[in-house]
Amino acid sequence: MHSSWTRRASVPVAAALALGLVPGSALAGGTLRIAMTASDVPTTTGAPDNGYEGVRFLGYPVFEGLVLWDLKSADKLADIRPGLAERWEQDAADKTKWVFYLRKGVKFHDGSEFNADAAIWNLDRYYKKDAKQFDPPGGAVAQARNPFVAAYRKIDDYTIEITNPRPLSYFPNMLPYMLYSSPAQFEKTGSWAEFAKAPSGTGPFKITEFKPRVSVTLSRNEDYWDKAKVAKLDKMVLFPMPEPTTRLAALRSGQVDWIEVPPPDAVPSLKSAGFEIVTGSYPHVWPWMLNLAKEDSPWKDVRVRRAINYCLNRDGLVTLLNGLAEPSVGAFKPGDAQFGKPKENYSYDPTKGKALLKEAGFGPDKPVKAKVMISTSGSGQMLPLPMNEFLQQNLKECGFDISFEVVEWGTMLVALRNAPTAPQALGSDAMNISLPPSTDISQLALYFLSTNAAPKGRNWSNWKNEEFDKVIDRIEKSSDKAEILRDTQRAHEIIVDEAPWAFIVHDRNPRAMTKKVKGFVSAQSWFQDFTGVDME
Amino acid sequence: MWAFTLRRLLYAVPVLLGVSMLVFALIHLAPGDVVDILVPPEVPKEIADSLRQRFHLDEQLYVQYVAWLGRLMVGDFGVSFFTGRPVAEELFGALGNTLVLALPAAVLGFLLGIALGALAAYNHGTWLDKLFSATAIIGVSLPHYWVGIVLVAIFAVVLNLLPAQGMGFEGLPTSWEHVQHLVLPVVTLSLIPMGVISRLVRANVLEILSQEFVGTLRAKGLFNRRVLYHTLKNAAPSALALMGLQFGYLLGGSILVETVFNWPGSGGLMNLAIFRRDVPVLSATIVVLAAIFVFINILVDVLQALLDPRMRR
Repeated sequence: MHSSWTRRASVPVAAALALGLVPGSALAGGTLRIAMTASDVPTTTGAPDNGYEGVRFLGYPVFEGLVLWDLKSADKLADIRPGLAERWEQDAADKTKWVFYLRKGVKFHDGSEFNADAAIWNLDRYYKKDAKQFDPPGGAVAQARNPFVAAYRKIDDYTIEITNPRPLSYFPNMLPYMLYSSPAQFEKTGSWAEFAKAPSGTGPFKITEFKPRVSVTLSRNEDYWDKAKVAKLDKMVLFPMPEPTTRLAALRSGQVDWIEVPPPDAVPSLKSAGFEIVTGSYPHVWPWMLNLAKEDSPWKDVRVRRAINYCLNRDGLVTLLNGLAEPSVGAFKPGDAQFGKPKENYSYDPTKGKALLKEAGFGPDKPVKAKVMISTSGSGQMLPLPMNEFLQQNLKECGFDISFEVVEWGTMLVALRNAPTAPQALGSDAMNISLPPSTDISQLALYFLSTNAAPKGRNWSNWKNEEFDKVIDRIEKSSDKAEILRDTQRAHEIIVDEAPWAFIVHDRNPRAMTKKVKGFVSAQSWFQDFTGVDME
Repeated sequence: MWAFTLRRLLYAVPVLLGVSMLVFALIHLAPGDVVDILVPPEVPKEIADSLRQRFHLDEQLYVQYVAWLGRLMVGDFGVSFFTGRPVAEELFGALGNTLVLALPAAVLGFLLGIALGALAAYNHGTWLDKLFSATAIIGVSLPHYWVGIVLVAIFAVVLNLLPAQGMGFEGLPTSWEHVQHLVLPVVTLSLIPMGVISRLVRANVLEILSQEFVGTLRAKGLFNRRVLYHTLKNAAPSALALMGLQFGYLLGGSILVETVFNWPGSGGLMNLAIFRRDVPVLSATIVVLAAIFVFINILVDVLQALLDPRMRR
């Protein structure tokens, strides 16, 4: 650390240290303190709220699923790996059935054993409404992230079977979102609210202190089943800190070692003050979902949808964000094998955009008028206000007259769950909402299948493409990996060429941390592995 | 005196009922409900609706209100839709945290306000008056969240003398390290009461000083100190009323200051409950805060009546 800020601060800091005044100066050898963007400590029961940030911090470090993410590498998209199930297989005769062989010798933090009974008990927690342990909010999330659990049963003490409503080749990809908590601990505590105060999972960290709205402390699980992944850190303390300025001040004053999502305009000063800005690619898209159901929607003509994708100055937006984003030209990233070879290769090409608009009957005297619903903030929304204002200016030059319906995050979620023609959409022609993982085909299916059109499912645009639906159907029934990859590429090509969304940017997953934090690998995922991290 | 106090207490009942109804109605005017915020965007409407039924959110508003009021009457604040924790636990914990902040801020703000106001009035027209009056105006005019950020930038980030955020302890502060966490938010919070009180005290004292009885007191040969005592005693009732209101505001927890300093108090809890549409937490918080506000004002009325016999008539 050789920055001017550090030099200026060094004298008073030394004096303060001598007097024992600096907050947090009594650092334990391996305690990592992280400021999250969440406004509260995410639920500690194994069904975290606060979106995927909740799962990142109070999901995988503490609780695990039958299937987990492989978060070792920064170089490739995170794939799935065996978790509490050692292996699984799809029944060759009846492809709706999956058999999971559970790992032996896994213990919950309270010492009780993980086995088929515990697994079934957890499935009841999420899916069986009259079970004593049924968890309404947790169940709602599990059922939404995993709508394909039709039935399940114990085969023997270490084997279970799960049945899908139809053959689904990508079913294992949906299992990491369902985490397993200790039945014995639930029996002891009596309710999920009490369990939250003394939680017990199987993960590499255990929750040792929980202060609502203030902090949660995770400590190393010495008896973790995967000896290669026993955490190096003694402790990890997580603080909810929704205000970006407060996170920044906490990092710069040494109260925390790591902050999630530093404000882009603070990046240069953080770097010059000797902090590390860690970024990495991950499956996040920040799009405008175009409303195709509205009677007078300008987007019904595919040429207009393509035109907006050619008119977007994505690089300019990336510059505005100080490099904390990358241009998005599809739901997947161009480097991803699943990206395919779409005919449309979107770049900033206003000439092409204007030509497409002219063909569609628009021009300088007749701009495309559209109202976009944007939020003031929200999970994964980056900086919606300045970013959209930039796009409004940018698109004006091309012939789009964009206006905004600015709403609070909760209002947007309501609109998202209703049909795009419902009053909740407030007459919007598009919605700027960044939706989670487009990691794999299972997510693509959820967001773009015509059978998932809102209000039934997540396809808010109400986009319908017969070929896309057929390709997804083929993928679901297939078990041939090469064929699945080929079809996934085709499905993605259709999405890019038909452009039901305006693809804008991918977030770069920014975090700022002190140089004392060692061994962190920014996995290409919404989730991260903290077991390899330690403090210098 | 007792009848007076009792009458005041009885007035509080309709006020609190009105507040509770208003809160209940207002929160339901905002689009969406707790379920929309509780479950992530990918949860479809059908599943969200089944959760709504569980929380009885599908019932008529008045049915929900009456059920809530009925529970409140027997001291049951209910359970947060969002966290599943008892509302009483969340609310009184947060109120305690705010009190730790509000009490020193009130003492600091009131003492400084009275001192600056009285001194400015006594030195009317001099540079001291101008200085103190300017300080008061700055105190009320500067947005206090901005002052908070500036204080953090100076004392936490650049000088690294004080913590930037957080409460850092539970319950009451017992060590210098704990007190450190209080310094910046207390100073920030005390600015407004300081400014408001100081302006009022100055105006009152000036007015009283111009009254004939002050001239009489001086003619009797009383020392300045005795004159000051009589002046302040006359200025006290209106200052007291204002202090009551200000202390009420402080207890409500300044949402902005608690946000800047990430303080787990009642302002932050209320803010969170609004964004989460967590009706049990929000209505309980507002009703309890309104009750505190009303009772502080009753207390002030009673104190005023004690100080000034004219008020009792």
